[in-house]
Amino acid sequence: MSTVTSSTPPTPAVPSPSPPSSATGAPARTARIALLRWWPLALFGVLAVLPYGTVRVPGLLDGPVGSPGSLQLLALCLVFGGLATSYDLLLGRTGLLSFGHALYFAAGLYFTDLAMLEWRLPLASAALVGIGGAAVLSVLLGAVSLRVTGIGFAMVTLAFAQAGAILVQRNPGGVTGGEEGRAAPSDLLPGSLIGIENTPNLYWIALAYLALTLAVVHWTSSSPTGRVWAGIRENERRVEVLGLRPYGFKLVALAVAGTLAGVGGVVYLLLTGGATPQAAGSDTTLSLLVMVVLGGSGTRWGPVLGGVLYTWAAHRLGDLANSSAIADLPGVLRVPLSQPLFLLGSLFVGVVYLLPGGLAKLSSRWRPIRGGLTA
Amino acid sequence: MATVVLLACTGLGLGALYFLIASGLSLIFGLMDVLNLAHGALLSVGAYATWWGAAQAGLNYWLALAFGTAFGTVAAVVLELVLIRPLYTRPRDQILATVGVGLAVPALLMGIWGGDARPFPQPESLAGTVHIAGAAVPVNRFVLIGAAALVLVALRLFLARTRYGLIVRAGVEDRAMVTALGVDVRKAFTLVFAIGGAAAALGGGLAALYFGSVNPGQGANLLIFAFVVVVMGGMGSVAGAAAAAVAVGLVQQFANYYTADGLGDLAVVALLAVLVLARPRELTGRLA
Repeated sequence: MSTVTSSTPPTPAVPSPSPPSSATGAPARTARIALLRWWPLALFGVLAVLPYGTVRVPGLLDGPVGSPGSLQLLALCLVFGGLATSYDLLLGRTGLLSFGHALYFAAGLYFTDLAMLEWRLPLASAALVGIGGAAVLSVLLGAVSLRVTGIGFAMVTLAFAQAGAILVQRNPGGVTGGEEGRAAPSDLLPGSLIGIENTPNLYWIALAYLALTLAVVHWTSSSPTGRVWAGIRENERRVEVLGLRPYGFKLVALAVAGTLAGVGGVVYLLLTGGATPQAAGSDTTLSLLVMVVLGGSGTRWGPVLGGVLYTWAAHRLGDLANSSAIADLPGVLRVPLSQPLFLLGSLFVGVVYLLPGGLAKLSSRWRPIRGGLTA
Repeated sequence: MATVVLLACTGLGLGALYFLIASGLSLIFGLMDVLNLAHGALLSVGAYATWWGAAQAGLNYWLALAFGTAFGTVAAVVLELVLIRPLYTRPRDQILATVGVGLAVPALLMGIWGGDARPFPQPESLAGTVHIAGAAVPVNRFVLIGAAALVLVALRLFLARTRYGLIVRAGVEDRAMVTALGVDVRKAFTLVFAIGGAAAALGGGLAALYFGSVNPGQGANLLIFAFVVVVMGGMGSVAGAAAAAVAVGLVQQFANYYTADGLGDLAVVALLAVLVLARPRELTGRLA
């Protein structure tokens, strides 16, 4: 598959280039290629200055872009974009259908929170505990679950994740706080991360997290190990015939993805100010799966796109459900429309059906049509 | 002693519930290689249809249960024909489509009847208890165990004695070969989905009796333990699923009672981990 090394952006951020013609000379073309190559940097530049924005985007966001409410939602979108990217390291790059990714996210979230609450560690050390915990957990559970392959692996990871979710819910020794979760101690957090006026800082942290995951996933999957991952995804038996043991490589993929998810948990903790058991639930893993498939599994930008869109839609559809426009509709329409998960689930089925490869494949599907029109 | 008997009966009842879900999952997986994540949704559909029949339409419990099972069967057939069949050449997308259904259906149920648990009217005839060795065991436990035993026997007979059973067994062993011999396996797919859906919906109706209420998340919770049962029992094996279901139900009940509450669920997962570590090869075995 060509999706691994594809550097073609799914959606051109630069004004759409005119169709190639013989009139444009070589320098113009190289300039355009350079532009295409650097557009992510431009995008990140734009995202970085968003907190200063006063533009209103009616329909998409409630307030101006730079208002705390909008920034909070945008930051959540970015965090889930990063989480989806880390999950895609397993699903799209290595071909591992894991249902346990939320566990490592929750591990980063809860270990960090509890290290601060119970051991009174400062944030930096607590974050290290959280990320380390997620890494160790992903190696341990990965070593066990990789003993079975294919669907067996999917089911075993699901069982582990469920065990984690139950553990969190049952509140052992009053540590995890059960259903209500536990708020992060504000006295141990740096002042620049608390309070509504400091939302831009949290937003920048979320943006940095997204950049980090994208960089790590890009770097690892273009490394020699990443080539083996692609090989495992395409044909595991062949990799074995070549004299490599897939087990070790898959374990590395699980460890990297698990650690990245743990980092995501720390960022999420800062963003929401506490740890709640929903993070550990199987619904979280399933939403990550939906995000990745929605955006386009195995592509560089697809998971980000899916994560951002899904998170945004899940929040905005919730608002839509409570709006008067919906409340006045007859029951047949009102009931399905008031359930964000129903809409997202149906949308997901639609994408699986009509758009294999996800939204990221949309542009490459349109290109031949556009080319045919302008030719 | 009384406690042990009560726990054993409750554990067996829970195991019976797991078996009803896992048998269908196991057959569907064995034959079609589809991990049906919408199976919990089928259970919820069966549970709500039974509840609707008993509480809203005023049917007696057995009629309501039959209605719920029939409704779940139809839902499963529709799911297979509309969603699974067109994706026949894309196995992973089949799983993803069932994920979507597994998310959407409970949400729809929540939209219609609310997210809170709805109390299930206990029928008079099943409300009592039976005294065994000094323990007062609720009758509904035995209803569950009996239903699961019936389903097990029926499935074994179906697989061993009928022509379609033969096709299903052969398909579990080697689907390509069965197709090459000129048998239309897709009919068997729909059939297996119908059987699985019926068992899950029956499980839903019985779960409503067992827990005394229905809620939209019930199916998804039970589904995860059914997965554990399917993996432990060897995927595609009905007898294996039955043995594993009994083991999981008993371990869960006893560990929950004698250690801290909630540890039983973890003990089940620990048991799974030990099995996976000890004999990973046998777990992926395929014997109907």
